[in-house]
Amino acid sequence: MNPTRKRRLGFVLLALAAIIIAGTLMTLALRHNVRYLLTPTEVAAGKNADDQLFRLGGVVCEGSVRRTTGTLDVRFVVTDRVHQVPVRYTGILPDLFREGQSIIATGHMVGDGFRADEVLAKHDETYMPKEVAEAIARGKTLPHTPCAPPTP
Amino acid sequence: MLPELGQLALILALLLASLQALLPLFGAQRGIEAWMRIARPAAYGQLLFVAVAFGILMHAFVVHDFSVAYVARNSNSLLPIGYCIAAVWGAHEGSLLLWILILALWTGAVARFSRSLPLPVIARVLGTMGLVSVGFLLFTLLTSNPFARLLPMPSEGADLNPLLQDPGLIMHPPILYSGYVGTTVAFAFAIAALLDGKVDARWVRWSRPWTNVAWALLTIGIALGSWWAYYELGWGGWWFWDPVENASFMPWLACTALLHSQAVTEKRGSFRGWTLLLAIAAFSLSLLGTFLVRSGVITSVHSFAADPARGLFILVFLGIVIGGSLLLYAWRAPRDNDGAPFAFASRETLILANNLLLTTACAMVLIGTLFPLFADAMHLGRYSVGPPYFGSMFYLLMAPLVLLLPFGPLTRWQREQASLPIKLLLPWLVVSLIGGAVAFVAMPNAPWKYAAGVAIGLWLVLGTLRFVRRRLAMDGQRFTAEMLGMTFAHIGIAVFFFSVLLTEATSVQKDVAVARGQQVAAGDYMFRFDGVQRATGPNYLSDRGTVSVFRGDNKIATLHPEKRQYAAGGQIMTETAIDPQINRDLYVALGEPIDARGGWALRVYVKPWVRCIWLGALLMALGGFTTAFDRRFRRKNETV
Repeated sequence: MNPTRKRRLGFVLLALAAIIIAGTLMTLALRHNVRYLLTPTEVAAGKNADDQLFRLGGVVCEGSVRRTTGTLDVRFVVTDRVHQVPVRYTGILPDLFREGQSIIATGHMVGDGFRADEVLAKHDETYMPKEVAEAIARGKTLPHTPCAPPTP
Repeated sequence: MLPELGQLALILALLLASLQALLPLFGAQRGIEAWMRIARPAAYGQLLFVAVAFGILMHAFVVHDFSVAYVARNSNSLLPIGYCIAAVWGAHEGSLLLWILILALWTGAVARFSRSLPLPVIARVLGTMGLVSVGFLLFTLLTSNPFARLLPMPSEGADLNPLLQDPGLIMHPPILYSGYVGTTVAFAFAIAALLDGKVDARWVRWSRPWTNVAWALLTIGIALGSWWAYYELGWGGWWFWDPVENASFMPWLACTALLHSQAVTEKRGSFRGWTLLLAIAAFSLSLLGTFLVRSGVITSVHSFAADPARGLFILVFLGIVIGGSLLLYAWRAPRDNDGAPFAFASRETLILANNLLLTTACAMVLIGTLFPLFADAMHLGRYSVGPPYFGSMFYLLMAPLVLLLPFGPLTRWQREQASLPIKLLLPWLVVSLIGGAVAFVAMPNAPWKYAAGVAIGLWLVLGTLRFVRRRLAMDGQRFTAEMLGMTFAHIGIAVFFFSVLLTEATSVQKDVAVARGQQVAAGDYMFRFDGVQRATGPNYLSDRGTVSVFRGDNKIATLHPEKRQYAAGGQIMTETAIDPQINRDLYVALGEPIDARGGWALRVYVKPWVRCIWLGALLMALGGFTTAFDRRFRRKNETV
C-alpha cells in the first residue's frame, strides 16, 4: 500500500469508528429520553409502565380545576371524553391553560392519579395531539361521560 | 385594486426569475454570451417586482385592508403601527414573501458586487439562485397567496398572535431569514462550479465572503430568537431544544463546518468534494428549516397551517433540490487527487476534526428532531425526544471541540511538529485548569458546571490570545481581517460557553404563592411583592404587578411584570419584567391569581451571566462580518 492510500484508509477507519461510537451513544441517549404520549384511554388500558415518565395528552375537564388556597397546588381532570385521569401539579400553569383546553402533562402515575412535573398548553389554541383528537372523535359515538370533579 | 397589482407583480417576478434561471444557465453551457448577459438585468428586475409586491402587502397591513384574507387573519385595527409592519411576516404567506424578498436582495447583491467574476460563473450563480426563486414564487402563488381576497370583507381583523407582538419579533425573522437565504449563495457557487466542471479554489474564494456574512446573520437571528423566547415565553430559559429552534440550529452547524472547510479548500485545495457537499447540505438544511417551521409539520407557535397541497409541494421541492444537487455532485465531482497532501499533525487534520464534530452534532440534532415525525408517520407511536438527549450529546461532542479549538490557529498547514503548539499552549491550559480549580473551591456548593465554565472560558480566551500574540510578534506578517474575524469568533465561543455553563450552574428559580407584601429570598436578593393593579394598553387589558428587589437594605430595582388579556382574541399573555446587568438578570413573571385577597403565583429568577450568552453570539457574528471584509476576497480574479 502506498502512503497516500494508507493515510486514506486511516481516515476512513477513524471516520467509521466515530460513526459507530456516535451511533451507539445516540441510541443510548434516545432510549433514555424518548417519551410516549398517552391518552387517558390508553392509561385506563394500562399501557403505561409503572413509575415511568410519560406524557399525558387530553382536555382539561370543565369545572374540574381545584386549587389549595395559599399554595401552588392544583388538581384537575384530564379527559379524552371517554376516560378520565385526575392530575396533581405544583407550580405555575401556562397562560393557555384553562378548562376545555387541550394540554400535555409530563409526569408519572401515582396510584390512580397522575403526578405532573410539567404542564404544557400549546401556543396554538386549536392545537390538539392527533391521538387525543381521534379519541375524542371516537368518544362522540359512545355514551357521553360527564366531567366529574376530582375526589379530594 | 392594489392587492391584485401585488399578485401581478409576483407573477411578473416569477417570469423574470424563470428568465434569470433558464437563459443564463443554457447560455453558459452553450457559450452564448448574449444569453448569459440576461442574468443581471433579470435579477434586478425580479428584485424590483418582489419589492413592489412586498410593499403592497405592507401597505394593506398599514391601512387595515381586511378584504385581504391574510391581513384579516393577522392584524387588527387596534394593532400599533410597528406591529402592523411586523405582522407582514407574522404568519406563513407573508413570511414566504419575506423569504423571496430576501433572496431577491441577496441575488441583487451578488449581481452588483461580483463584477470581476468571469461571465459564465456569474451567469450560472445567478441562474441557480433564479431556480430557487422560481421554486419559492411558484409555492407562494400556487399554495400560499398572501393577496387572496376575503369576501365579504370582515369589519375587524382577528389580530396578530399576542406572543408575536413584541420588538424582538420585528427583527428576528428578517435577520434569521437573511442567514437562511444567504446559504443559497454558497450553494449557487457550488452548483456553478459543478456545472463548470472546474472545481478549484477560485469558486471557494468567491463564495467565502458571502458564506461568512450569511453565517453571521444566521448567528444573530438565532440569538435574537433565543433572547425573545427568554423574555417573552416567561419560562426563563434561553434554549429549549424545541424542533423549531433545532430547525435553525442545524443549518448553523452545517454552515459553521462549511466556513472552516472553505478556508482549507481555498488555501490548500484540499477537501474540495467535502466543501461542495457541505454547501449543498447547509442550503438543504436551511430549506428544511424554513419548511419544517412553516408547514405545520411541527405544531408550535411558528407553524400556521397544515395543508396537504403545501406539504406535497414542499416534499417535491426538497426532493428536487437535494436529489438534483447530489446527482450533479455524483456526476461532476472532482475525482482527481484532492489538493496538497498533509501530515497527521497539521491544521488540515484539526479542521477535519472540527468538521467531523460539527456535522455529527448536526446529524444528531437532525435525528432527534425528525425521529418523532418518522415514528408518527410509520405508526410506531407518538414520541417526543426530551432535552436531555440533546444536552448530553452536546456535552460529549463539544468537549473535544473546546479542547482542540486553540490548537487550530497555532498549527501550521500541511505539516507541524506536534510538540510546538503543545509547548505554546500547555502553560495556558494549566492556568485555565487552576482557574477552574479555584472556582471549584471558592463556590463549594455550585455544581461541576461552574468550575468547568470558568476553566473552558479561560482556556478558549487565553488560547486564542496566545495565537494573537504569536502572530503579532512575527515580523513582516500582516494580521489580516480574516485572522481578526477568527479571533472575535473564537472569543465569542469562549464567552458563550462560559456564560451557558455558569447560568446553568448558578441560576436560582422560585415559583411561589405570594400575598401582598410578602417577601421571597432568591440568591443574594430579596423580592417583595407589592400587589397588582389594573392597567390598559392600546389593544389589551393588563394586571400590572409591582415587585421591589432588595439587596441587603438597598432597594435596587422595581419590576413590573404583567398579565395581559388581548382584546381581539381574549388570549392571555405573560409579560416578564427583567432588571438586566451584564453579570446577572433579575427576572420576574406573574403566574395567576390564586385567591380572592390579591394573592398571586409568582415566578422569580436570578440568572447570572445569562446576558453574555447572546453577547457571545454577537461576538461570533462580528467575527463573521470582519472575515468577510478581508482584502484577499476583493482581489481581481486571477488564476490560482
